[in-house]
Amino acid sequence: MAAVRETTERVADLAGEKYKYGFVTDIEMERAERGLNEDVIRFISAKKNEPEWMLEWRLEAFRRWQQMTEPNWARVHYPRIDYQNIYYYAAPKSQKEAPKSLDEVDPKLLETYQKLGIPLSEQKLLAGVAVDAVFDSVSVATTFKAKLTEAGVIFCPISEAIRDFPDLVKKYLGSVVPVTDNFFATLNSAVFSDGTFVYVPKGVRCPMELSTYFRINASETGQFERTLIVADEGSYVSYLEGCTAPKRDENQLHAAVVELVALEKAEIKYSTVQNWYPGDEEGRGGIYNFVTKRGDCRGRASKISWTQVETGSAITWKYPSCILRGDDSVGEFYSIAITNNYQQADTGTKMIHLGKNTRSRIVSKGISAGKAQNTYRGLVSVHPKAANARNHTQCDSLLIGGDCGAHTVPYIESRNPSAKIEHEATTSKISDDQLFYCLQRGIPQEEAVALIVNGFCRDVLQQLPMEFAVEAQKLVGISLEGSVG
Amino acid sequence: MNMLEIEDLRVTVDGKEILKGITLSVPAGEVHAVMGPNGSGKSTLSYTLAGREGYEVTGGHVYYNGEDLAALAPEERAAKGVFLALQYPVEIPGVATLIFLKTALNAQRRARGEPELDALRTLKLVREKAAALKIGEDMLRRPLNAGFSGGEKKRMEVLQMALFEPKLAILDETDSGLDIDALKLVAEGVNALRSPSRAMLVITHYQRLLSYIVPDRVHVLAGGRIVKSGGADLALELEQSGYEHVVEAA
Repeated sequence: MAAVRETTERVADLAGEKYKYGFVTDIEMERAERGLNEDVIRFISAKKNEPEWMLEWRLEAFRRWQQMTEPNWARVHYPRIDYQNIYYYAAPKSQKEAPKSLDEVDPKLLETYQKLGIPLSEQKLLAGVAVDAVFDSVSVATTFKAKLTEAGVIFCPISEAIRDFPDLVKKYLGSVVPVTDNFFATLNSAVFSDGTFVYVPKGVRCPMELSTYFRINASETGQFERTLIVADEGSYVSYLEGCTAPKRDENQLHAAVVELVALEKAEIKYSTVQNWYPGDEEGRGGIYNFVTKRGDCRGRASKISWTQVETGSAITWKYPSCILRGDDSVGEFYSIAITNNYQQADTGTKMIHLGKNTRSRIVSKGISAGKAQNTYRGLVSVHPKAANARNHTQCDSLLIGGDCGAHTVPYIESRNPSAKIEHEATTSKISDDQLFYCLQRGIPQEEAVALIVNGFCRDVLQQLPMEFAVEAQKLVGISLEGSVG
Repeated sequence: MNMLEIEDLRVTVDGKEILKGITLSVPAGEVHAVMGPNGSGKSTLSYTLAGREGYEVTGGHVYYNGEDLAALAPEERAAKGVFLALQYPVEIPGVATLIFLKTALNAQRRARGEPELDALRTLKLVREKAAALKIGEDMLRRPLNAGFSGGEKKRMEVLQMALFEPKLAILDETDSGLDIDALKLVAEGVNALRSPSRAMLVITHYQRLLSYIVPDRVHVLAGGRIVKSGGADLALELEQSGYEHVVEAA
């Protein structure tokens, strides 16, 4: 048991370090009062030691939010959310409240971790058994940070960036998703808890994949995450968000905002694996995920590429988009959305062509099983000045069983006669013939479904960074367990 | 003991009795042909042996190496060495042929308690078997059966048979849709797999295939029953005088 003692000591050291980064403050009150008013926002801002301008920004957002109404155009149904019955600030859970060991964690969760092949130390981390696992990841994160500093890349919690790099934050925050963009984005602007800030300087190719995973010590960013990534001229960065393992999370409402800015000849690749609690087999519980993600190809010949694997949440409302402002800029959206049981997903993208010779590509793979409803909703818009704009959209839906639904809602607006827009869509089912063929060759049913669905998703899975792709493939299978037979 | 022992087998599909009491045995080392006109129950027999859902055994028994097949799920039968080459091999878009072969091979090995093969060893094994069937690297990388020609699909079935080394191989209308060159290639592949430890059931409408895969016994299936059995000559007789003649005489 010497190892345990050693670990405990290291963790004690870490507590100090965490404090330094401002993730845990000397809290007297663990939570803000229930509901939302200006005092709550002042409280959040104060807890984060924010400068005055940030507080004003939040308050302005809050005032606007009060005049807005919740959108209802998406093909999702859920009980009315009482926004005055939510806690908007909760301090990260203290070690006392966290499970003491894996024995206290839901066995179903552990089973999934095992299937994903996640090492024991990481299982603890994900399940919220903070102790030794945090140490492991922080030590990795430290080496990681040194390398980035050398390259001049800024990669830190956004709360830290607000204090340390106020000019950069002021310049870009809200410049892609304006404060008043939509109900959920405005709410996020008022109350965002924390998130990530990335700045890649001119001409720098970020030396490694940036991942929230390595910022796990800041994983308690809460339900209102805010991310801002700026790629300066000629730079490149690949960012991985999320984790293939299901996360323990007690917040039901999530409303994140992600803003990407790519300047001239810069490229941002943003990959997401979203696997939050989808609710049980009867459709009870589960996360409501209302996210606003948008990238601005602000400079000439810049490129933004979104890849998402969405398997979690009870409700997903998410449209990662690209504003193709710079001439010759490129936007891409690759998506896999899997819904099982009573999950509902309304997801897609917007490609806004403003500049000349702008190109966009959309590949969407929706898989529905159980009683789930899966909607692709996308907009391709070509503005008058966007000469020679090109778009290709491929929307494929796969149905498993007879009680689920797949819907495709493409909006196409072209105001330039030289634009070329192509849209292809297919809907298919896993056939009895395919399943029998696999069984006859010795492949058991669940493995067969996973194999067939992975084949269906291949075009998108190929876009994921290698280490992510392998886990995502396993995740596809796990998400659909019990969906056939 | 015969490798395959079918006793008075009755099978119902969608509430309709298709097989009305079939009795048939195939010892290891022999190749038996089942011939019959359309609608006689040939494909029902092959699906029933493979355990396809919807093919309900309402009477009789099927023993495979002395074991009651009805108690086994289709994938368990596969792992124990029952292989069915399908009349219409199924396309699985996006799944590279090689990945499919590896997944199936290892699923069978796992079920038998054997260690799984890694990608490199699988590739070596597949290449070895593929060469004889003129299946190139390109075909192995393409999604399984997707866009394959009729001949390519059938060769892929024979490749899988060679790879999985079943004890009981059932070939359902393997000759359908093949030109003469493709037929020869497939027949050579099958003949190479004849072995004293393996039994084969070749199901076909036409005699043509049996000129290349010469059977030890021929059974005529009509109206859900075996109406006549004989040696390889019976196939020629059928070819000359037609099913009607033989069925009526029986």
